[in-house]
Amino acid sequence: MADANREKQNPTFYALMFALVFMSIGPVALMFINSFKLDVDIISGTSGLLFMPTIQNYETALCDVLPYEIDHLDYCSLKFGGAFINSLIIAIISTILTLIIGCMAAYALVRFRFMGRDTASLTTLLVRMVPPAVLLVPVFGLWNNEFCIDKATWVAEWLHDIMDSRRRRDICLAGTHSGIILVYVAMNLPFVIWILQSFIVQVPRSLEEAARVDGAGPFGVFFRIVLPLIKPGLAAAAIFTFRIAWNEYLLASALSDRDTKTVPILIVNNMSEFNVEWGVIMATGMLLAIPPIIFTLIASRQIITGMTAGAVKG
Amino acid sequence: MNAANRLTPYLFMAPAVVIMAMALIYPLGYMMYGSFLDWNPSQTIGEAEFVGTKNYVTLWNDPNFHESLWVTLKFAFFCVSIEMVLGVGLALMLDRNVRGMTFLRTMFILPMMIAPVVVGLMWRYMYHPTVGTFNRTLDGLGLPKIDWLGHHALTSVIIADIWQWTPFIFILALAALQSLPRSAIEAAKIDGATAWQQIWHIKLPLMMPVLIVTGLLRLIDAFKVLEVILVLTEGGPGLSTEILALRISRTATEFRELGVAAAMSNYLLMLLLLLTVAMFAFTRWQEARANRLRAAVEEDT
Repeated sequence: MADANREKQNPTFYALMFALVFMSIGPVALMFINSFKLDVDIISGTSGLLFMPTIQNYETALCDVLPYEIDHLDYCSLKFGGAFINSLIIAIISTILTLIIGCMAAYALVRFRFMGRDTASLTTLLVRMVPPAVLLVPVFGLWNNEFCIDKATWVAEWLHDIMDSRRRRDICLAGTHSGIILVYVAMNLPFVIWILQSFIVQVPRSLEEAARVDGAGPFGVFFRIVLPLIKPGLAAAAIFTFRIAWNEYLLASALSDRDTKTVPILIVNNMSEFNVEWGVIMATGMLLAIPPIIFTLIASRQIITGMTAGAVKG
Repeated sequence: MNAANRLTPYLFMAPAVVIMAMALIYPLGYMMYGSFLDWNPSQTIGEAEFVGTKNYVTLWNDPNFHESLWVTLKFAFFCVSIEMVLGVGLALMLDRNVRGMTFLRTMFILPMMIAPVVVGLMWRYMYHPTVGTFNRTLDGLGLPKIDWLGHHALTSVIIADIWQWTPFIFILALAALQSLPRSAIEAAKIDGATAWQQIWHIKLPLMMPVLIVTGLLRLIDAFKVLEVILVLTEGGPGLSTEILALRISRTATEFRELGVAAAMSNYLLMLLLLLTVAMFAFTRWQEARANRLRAAVEEDT
């Protein structure tokens, strides 16, 4: 790119960049604006920007957690607040678990020679491609029928006592937070292991050996030397894991019950109704999109590093 | 001490192995077995009747399944090829060191990070026949309205996917471009190669390995798309946008035929396995070739 060349192309170049930015954030901005409009304004659509902004849609969406009474609503039908909390619990716990477990496995795969190492790394690569839709049938069957604690055992008795449930039945993974978390951890592990391997390889061996000479055990070396050095990789892996756990719909819809619904399920259920309330649905969509947007804005560099590491260094 | 050392890798691997065996490998085996059963959701797997390969044969002859498979292939093919052309083209155009690139890349990641459900929601609004942005704009310009999610449903779904995933290819292509050896490009420039010649004969061939892996990754992902289409069209009108993943979930939940859904999952899995093996073989071959070249160069000097 000769300098003269660049000078000449400057205006079109910036026009192109502007157009691209507009295209990629336009739809998001549109949703953001519409979430502050009343349905009347959205449907009449007299003009794009001239309207009275209102937070009514957000109030409707969050009606079950707001501390005050909302006058424009007789009955709180959309339990968005609860779903939001479910989503948070599931996404955060599964991200933390995936990172810890994935990190340890990646470290073992990179640093140790042991029996079954090749099998393990090949399996990790292969299961990366399994789509959630393929897991739907077996996970539904297993979580409902097999991964259960029989009601006759003391563990089940004890759990019933804690939860104070009226009906004595088998306690199954389906319908619990832990059930959904387990699938997400398993689904994300192959990817996290793959990404982290490329970061762990770069940690100089001499550092680890020095620590070992100073008397640190293998776990000491791992937690005090390796983990701090691969922080960028951990950040990238954390964002990707959180994103999948936060956004996933299909498996959550198969495994959750009334009390463990996550936000994507709520949105899909409200979309399929005949008369879509655009304002409210856009507000819920916006609330679901906020955490990923924040991550993008503060950690875009880590995301890009993670993406290139995950794809390029096969 | 020695025994502890030998156990260490297994201790590090154990949690991952247990979780993946329990929630990935075992379910996959369970599904393989389930695909040979006549099985509905109210039965446990033990109560279901063994029917051999009936589910596979039924699917093999089912025109709806063919339609769905064909839609999936069309969707994946058009999405990935258009995204590759656009993404790589943009990367070639924008590969220069100017201010604003970081900002552009940040804004570009945004669509990928947002939930597919929300992406579907935004596009469903924009495609809306009367309220939607596109038809309103067309109307304002005096042009006829387009029936986005009716007659052109598949195209509309593909456009939404292109919006979301072109940036992925753009960013990877840009990373590949910026890691190319400067010397090759300088040499070409000194020899008087035009910008086009540089792209065709130097940059694209050098980027090829990364591009092929990127394309295959994207292709594998294109077979996983479900939520965007579910929210946009629910597979309709008719079967025009019912990709395999969606059909699996409908067979399981609406038609309540878990055995058939499992058999369908197996077909999809085989397709993806083929792609993954292709990608794996390609990277291996690439490494082997690079090693051979390096060895040849060392012999020469």
